[in-house]
Amino acid sequence: MTTIRVTVDGSTYEDEVEPRMLLVHYLREQLGKVGTVIGCDTSNCGACTVHVDGRSVKSCNMLAVQADGHEVTTIEGLATDGQLHPMQTAFHENHALQCGYCTPGMIMQACDVLRENPNPTEEQIRVGLEGNLCRCTGYQNIVKAVQQAAGALAGQQGGEQA
Amino acid sequence: MTVADETTAQAEIGRPRRRKEDARLITGRTKWTDNLQLAGMLHIACVRSPFAHATITAIDVEEAKQAPNVVAVLTGQDVKDIQGSLPNAWPIVADQKAPPHPAIAVDRVAFAGEVVAVVIARTPRAARDAAELVDVDYDELPAVLDLKKAAADEVIAHPDLGTNISAHFELHSHEIGTGGNVEDAIRDAEVVFEREYRQQRLIPAFMEPRSVVVDPTGEQFVMWSSTQVPHILRLMLALTLGVPESKLRIIAPDVGGGFGGKLQVTPEEVITFLAARHTGRPVKWTETRSESLLAAHHGRDQWQRLTLAAKKDGTMLGLKVELLADMGAYLGLVTSGVPILGANMFNAIYKIPSYTFICDNVFTNKTWTDAYRGAGRPEATFAIERLVSDFAAHIGMDPMEVRKKNWIAHEEFPYATVSGLEYDSGNYEAATARAEEMFGYAALREEQRRRREAGEKVLLGIGISTFTEACGLAPSRALGEANYGAGGWEHASIRMLPTGKIEVVTGSSAHGQGHETAWSQLVADKLGVPFEDVEVLHGDTQIAPRGMDTYGSRSLVVGGSAVLKAAQKVIEKAKPLAAHLLEANVDDIEFDKGQFTVKGTDTGVGIGDLALATFAAHNLPDMMEPSLDAEATFDPINLSFPHGTHLALVEVDTETGKVALTKYVAVDDIGNAVNPLIAEGQVHGGLVQGISQALWEEAVYDDEGTLVTGSFVDYTLPTAADTISFETDRTVTPATTNEMGAKGVGEAGTIASTPAIVNAVVDAVRHLGIDDIRMPLTPERVWKAIQSAGQEQQAATPATQQPHFGDAPNQDTPETDAAVSGAEVGGPDSMSPDTTPGDGAER
Amino acid sequence: MIPAAFDYVAPTSVADALAALAEHGDDAKVLAGGQSLIPILRMRLNTPETVVDLGRIEELRGIREDGDAIVIGAMTPYADVLGSDLVREHLGLLYKAVAEVADPQIRRRGTIGGALVHADPAGDVGAPALALGAEFVITGQGGERTVPAEEFFRDLFETAVEDGELLTAVRFPRHTGWGSHYEKFVRVAHQWSIVAVAAAVRVEGGTIAEARVGLTNMGATPLRAKAVEEALVGKELTEDAVAEACAAAAEGTRPPTDLNGDSDYRRHLATVLTRRAVLAAAGG
Repeated sequence: MTTIRVTVDGSTYEDEVEPRMLLVHYLREQLGKVGTVIGCDTSNCGACTVHVDGRSVKSCNMLAVQADGHEVTTIEGLATDGQLHPMQTAFHENHALQCGYCTPGMIMQACDVLRENPNPTEEQIRVGLEGNLCRCTGYQNIVKAVQQAAGALAGQQGGEQA
Repeated sequence: MTVADETTAQAEIGRPRRRKEDARLITGRTKWTDNLQLAGMLHIACVRSPFAHATITAIDVEEAKQAPNVVAVLTGQDVKDIQGSLPNAWPIVADQKAPPHPAIAVDRVAFAGEVVAVVIARTPRAARDAAELVDVDYDELPAVLDLKKAAADEVIAHPDLGTNISAHFELHSHEIGTGGNVEDAIRDAEVVFEREYRQQRLIPAFMEPRSVVVDPTGEQFVMWSSTQVPHILRLMLALTLGVPESKLRIIAPDVGGGFGGKLQVTPEEVITFLAARHTGRPVKWTETRSESLLAAHHGRDQWQRLTLAAKKDGTMLGLKVELLADMGAYLGLVTSGVPILGANMFNAIYKIPSYTFICDNVFTNKTWTDAYRGAGRPEATFAIERLVSDFAAHIGMDPMEVRKKNWIAHEEFPYATVSGLEYDSGNYEAATARAEEMFGYAALREEQRRRREAGEKVLLGIGISTFTEACGLAPSRALGEANYGAGGWEHASIRMLPTGKIEVVTGSSAHGQGHETAWSQLVADKLGVPFEDVEVLHGDTQIAPRGMDTYGSRSLVVGGSAVLKAAQKVIEKAKPLAAHLLEANVDDIEFDKGQFTVKGTDTGVGIGDLALATFAAHNLPDMMEPSLDAEATFDPINLSFPHGTHLALVEVDTETGKVALTKYVAVDDIGNAVNPLIAEGQVHGGLVQGISQALWEEAVYDDEGTLVTGSFVDYTLPTAADTISFETDRTVTPATTNEMGAKGVGEAGTIASTPAIVNAVVDAVRHLGIDDIRMPLTPERVWKAIQSAGQEQQAATPATQQPHFGDAPNQDTPETDAAVSGAEVGGPDSMSPDTTPGDGAER
Repeated sequence: MIPAAFDYVAPTSVADALAALAEHGDDAKVLAGGQSLIPILRMRLNTPETVVDLGRIEELRGIREDGDAIVIGAMTPYADVLGSDLVREHLGLLYKAVAEVADPQIRRRGTIGGALVHADPAGDVGAPALALGAEFVITGQGGERTVPAEEFFRDLFETAVEDGELLTAVRFPRHTGWGSHYEKFVRVAHQWSIVAVAAAVRVEGGTIAEARVGLTNMGATPLRAKAVEEALVGKELTEDAVAEACAAAAEGTRPPTDLNGDSDYRRHLATVLTRRAVLAAAGG
């Protein structure tokens, strides 16, 4: 067992974990952060995407011990002060989810796409989401949602740095 | 009745409401089955057969039992007298043959991936670790993997059956009195056109891996399962295990997609139940993705031989369909019925005077097949829409002209088809005209010609699919005549709460379709209450005690109708109370927009006030029960028949064989849409699944019967980067068989798009002498077709997995590819990859 | 989905990492970015007793100039390579190939050194490293040695890095002013390369002055198409001339056969993609 100290969605946790424990299992089983889900075992699907130190990673592809000393944000920590993140709102507004299983990972990655490029083309959005599989929506409304969120974030942040 | 200002008040039905469901799904406040943690809960890991067909000669579980934190290990021998046989609910013929279907194999395995033992331990880690210690000895038996060879009965998948043919089914229009004898038409025809098409094997690949939790404490066994069919599951588990149905409560919490793949009663549900009962503690099983691809049921997998009798001018005279359908190793819940769901649909939108459908259901030693989005109808639509386009080319007609020449004209509805169905409504001309207009058909044909003449290397192809389908899986009487094991009704109830809020209980168990939103819209309009005041409850047999669940594009058409019927009963129940309180005659009471009024006056009372009045029950009419609640069961009088015209434009890179979809127009007639936003979303998702069958997906087995496409590395689903934005529209001819005029939309996109894409690719290269390419249209297949144009198509590439992450886990891999033992940073790796010692198989 | 149990060490210096490797020998596995190793562990295709995580060794990260070369620390994530102006300006081919690796999340954690030592022939950094004539800095307890790219890739998943050694950095000669392109062929976006071609060319007055061509997934290791390179030199930049020079791209290769295509198809693809890569490189 190894002791780790991780900040998740703003709270700091200190835990003993087995080195083999994946970050996603730590989040789900030890912290009860079950909003983050597991969709595959080859790191293709991206359902488990979270932010580590502000950038998206697949939490099935990281050991919990590797997160020691880092800051993790999950879908459960994306809304602030009771306000949905513009990406969450955009997914809702554009019917960008059906069963919702890929949605946490898709939203987290979509946020990262806009952080990388606040004003992406449709093609750039599509390529930016290539590590996330969705079986329900056909992606069309997801792309629309990201476009809407890009507009909303641009308006909200003005000239501020993303 | 309607006054001027009311026409501007927004009706809920037809409004693109944003979904209620989203609030929890976009914030991670979800209830997936795998999220559940119960006190003292145990975990299951399965040991699965690596062999397609083998006798189990010994299982040594001692080491596994001694492993830390292991509570029990169960094998087939341990449960053979209590596990029953998994159900098949659709014996399509009286003499249908099927082997017993054990949850845990007892002495023989019939496909690679079948469960042979389960470890029950305190943690998922301990269970997985101990599963590696279970030692199974097998004697391999000959396996039959090829569908045509299986049909020839050379090697038998289940030796005790003596044959691989599970059932032989025939439908002839001259026998059911709906048309002539197709053999006469073929004999007399000017043109006899034959084609053989292949429906490859697919995997539903819902995003949420299956998961089951069973809690045996308390008075009932409570099972949470990632299922589409909690009600059917409850009944079938009771029948399979001999447990009183009243002692079973099934909960389908948030369910992450199904597409037919969770329309099943699974071995793992039975196993988890048995494990919970055995240990007396809550038990969870959650599959890995590789386990899901390996052992959750597959779909499609047919050979289709079609013979069309026609005139030289394109007039169709007869259609004969001969199918071989791969059941895989067992019959699941509706495995046997899936091809039969297409029996009446090959004739599609066309007026064909004679028709024959013949199907052999065949066993092989592969994962069993069952419903996958469309189930039977995509197969039929693909074959007929491919056939019509190929036939048009054969006789030198435009493929759209042949369709127009033969389709049912809008003024001919209702139309009795040659296969015995009655289409209630439709307008193929309108949908097609709209699609052609959106697509720019003529200009694209011109561009196609220009590229060909210029000798360009990237060619254009236009694909047409003018499809129809049958939705609803009803009425019950018809299902009975087809030997289906259940009815086609749906149930709903409405509970009028004293605060004016309304609970709608539905038997349709959604898993992404947005029932909570759409049902709220229905009730809000019907009872004249705010959308927000309606709460929809579903997916728990203790809350929604009766239901037929969600599949076959039936929820709105059947389940939504049940909701409306229950709401109407509430209104009827409330009228006497309204009359009583308003001191009027009940015959003078009118109901509109939530208000009961006395005809010709402006005195009235709101429905919420009446609900409160029944709660208090201080002042009710004599003999009235103090409740406005109502329930209803709806059984439609017919199926419904959505249709549409889809046009696809592809670019084929003749140098590499790669196909790029560049434009796709879908005009669907789904009748009236309750929520156009949700309906369009269903179309988008359906389109990509159908396109994916055409271009990307196939479940491939090697010569040993091992699933090669055992992970998402090799079972290639498309991403956002592989797809395009579609152009969609709707034309409307309301269904006449339900109050809403709705037809169903869940499967339309999937059914329509596959032939549109393949037709487009073939259209791009047909001038080179190519008239078919097998799905999926991989670049290699397309390129080889071009290379060998005019000759026989070359044999397929041998099935070999990409080496990156190697083989499927959770089953012992007889030969693990040494290539997977890569070091990352570090020395060349000297460790041989661990042959997952799940069962210690020796070769 | 659950790796077998292992012990874990996370040294903070190369010296400590080498000591850990010496102590655990064959039972140890080195963890770099983990984007291939962790899936392998999850599927129990490998069950090391000890995992030595290089993630805490700062000295292995970073991109710097060193004379005629750009030096990239082995533990530099792909994302950092993509964010580097030095790489963009002087190693355009590497930039373009790295941009095609897997997906954004994988590129965040996956490292350039990890990928090179993993040596998956379908990986996207081997071919550009080979084409650009990279040098591999390998450190063992006896000291540091430098291996040229041609000697680094030995076989399927096998490199010049010996037991107890670490790849610590890769030196890429500057290719300032070269045009470059990485032509990756896949069926769906999240796949590994079926075949890919890395091409860098220096064009002078409409004529190809120098060319470098690397092939991905055309054999057990990344390959350099030297015959094509030589044939391209002096060629006028026309489609026909380039096509003629690229026709031999698949000569001598032994590409694999798998679900995505047999070896004949891959050989054909290599010639088409090489032509396209070279033309795109020359055009941009």
